[in-house]
Amino acid sequence: MTSTDSTPQYFDGPVWAAIISASAGCAAFGLLVDLAEASKSFSNALNFYNPTGDLSGKSTVAVVIWLFVWIVLHACWKHRDMKGSGKLTVIAVILILLALLAVFPPFFGLFAAG
Amino acid sequence: MIFGAGFLLAFSGGFFGLWGLRSDWLTGEGAKRRLCVLAVGTWGMTILAWLAVILGTYVIYPWYRAKPPAIPGVSLADYPKYLLLSDTQTADWHEFGMEWKEHIAWLAPILATAVAAIVTRHGRLLLQRPELRRIVLFLFSTAFLCAATAGLLGALINKAAPTR
Repeated sequence: MTSTDSTPQYFDGPVWAAIISASAGCAAFGLLVDLAEASKSFSNALNFYNPTGDLSGKSTVAVVIWLFVWIVLHACWKHRDMKGSGKLTVIAVILILLALLAVFPPFFGLFAAG
Repeated sequence: MIFGAGFLLAFSGGFFGLWGLRSDWLTGEGAKRRLCVLAVGTWGMTILAWLAVILGTYVIYPWYRAKPPAIPGVSLADYPKYLLLSDTQTADWHEFGMEWKEHIAWLAPILATAVAAIVTRHGRLLLQRPELRRIVLFLFSTAFLCAATAGLLGALINKAAPTR
């Protein structure tokens, strides 16, 4: 994108920061689901609120990871126009597909602690 | 479920609003107005999605998974999880249905928030950059699919074992 004195310049870095961080947050949530299924002690560690069980920890930690990644990526990319947005698209789609797979019960059931 | 239904209903308007967000289709004033309506709509959907998962996780889910007292012959009607698990014919509603619902629902508000933030702060880029519009539509559609899956499973599970 080019800019002139009269035209404000819009960077796409912040847009990609929002997209990649949301995808990473979803993937982190999926990973936490699978790890909690695989390890009883990890599941217990995520039990932040007993009536809800480990879902409280999985969701809280995933939201914290998502927001942290968003803040970091936004700070790094806020004045950047991202080159190779095709690669970022592929990364975002893969992370979201991994998240969808990771929260599918027949998949995370494969990791069930004995 | 009410929040979920509101989210689902608002999706179609938001989807077509994003789909038609093209600089060659809209005048400057039309684009401004469209972005304003889209921002309100996507934030409305995002708030509904957050309310649905937070209330679902911290209010409804504890009722669902409440443990029955260890008294012989106690009725399981007030303990939906244990009611479902007590019968091999209904156990899958918990082991597959509820396990999927409680997890997939959490993806929706995260994705919806990203879409709402992008529309609000960087909507002008969506007008000019089709590749950005496409990936935002993908996030938006995935948020919808997650919410729809959770909503449908919730309705079916509630039919099999009502949460009172």
